[in-house]
Amino acid sequence: MATVDVLPEVAGVHWRARVDAAQLRLRGRLWTLTTIAHVVPFAGAATLLMALQPLALPVALVCLAHAWIIPELYAQRGANVLRPRGRAAHGSPTAEPEQRSVGLLGDLVGHEARELHARTGLVLEPGRLGTWLVGESGAVLLHGRRRVFCYCVKVDPRRAQAAELPSGDRIAHLLLALRSDEPGFATVANLAFAGAHWRLRRRLRKEMRPALRAARAALDSRARLAR
Amino acid sequence: MSKLIRMDHTGHSTLAEWTPEDPVAVEAAVTAFRAELERGYLAMVSTGPGHAEHVRELPVQAELVIMRLPISGG
Repeated sequence: MATVDVLPEVAGVHWRARVDAAQLRLRGRLWTLTTIAHVVPFAGAATLLMALQPLALPVALVCLAHAWIIPELYAQRGANVLRPRGRAAHGSPTAEPEQRSVGLLGDLVGHEARELHARTGLVLEPGRLGTWLVGESGAVLLHGRRRVFCYCVKVDPRRAQAAELPSGDRIAHLLLALRSDEPGFATVANLAFAGAHWRLRRRLRKEMRPALRAARAALDSRARLAR
Repeated sequence: MSKLIRMDHTGHSTLAEWTPEDPVAVEAAVTAFRAELERGYLAMVSTGPGHAEHVRELPVQAELVIMRLPISGG
């Protein structure tokens, strides 16, 4: 069987360094520094304004609002990678393909992942870099105790067939690519957000939050077994 | 019975079915496989829980070969 270890799509982003644990740590720290660089000047300006002139309270509040909103917008960008497309209504012409695609996806994952997908629309997949949550147009990697990396990655929209794929197939495409070359998958994907787990949880849709909890629990359980 | 399927707008389509002992069915599967590669599809084979491999030739012994489209960063 002629197998290929590196994801073929990596050739399309040859200028990118292949993602590994060290690069993830570095990128995570850079994101933290960027967040600090956004928050500290606004918070500092608010403090200074209040110290110099208490009547400048409205302006100070605007500064604080900026300090709060900018990291939230980044987290929202991260949560958006898991946003599902509209599903076919029961009985509609696209309902059957939808069911068939979910059936195929179910064959690729275990019982627990299948059940979690039915509840949240996300597939939990353990990897070497951490634990992944795979959605229709993106994936979230939980790496280490506190940090998440949100990747925007999808079936290549330049392919005409991509627009017609049902949800289960979209996830299956990403899952198979992830399973064949995890670092390559993370290299091809665009990083939309890296930051604290709690920031992402707050911006996720309610029905998806159990998937994040399950991914965290899976990561903790693996860490305990590794000790 | 091994299967070659393609993920598409129908959920998935079965392109070929074969047993390694049936050379005619294998030949038909190889032809269908190559046609999909030429259309830009990539072939994947599950190799155990959490593992998959990208293949460039039809693995005749595999139970299920899945054709997928390439992915890209969004």
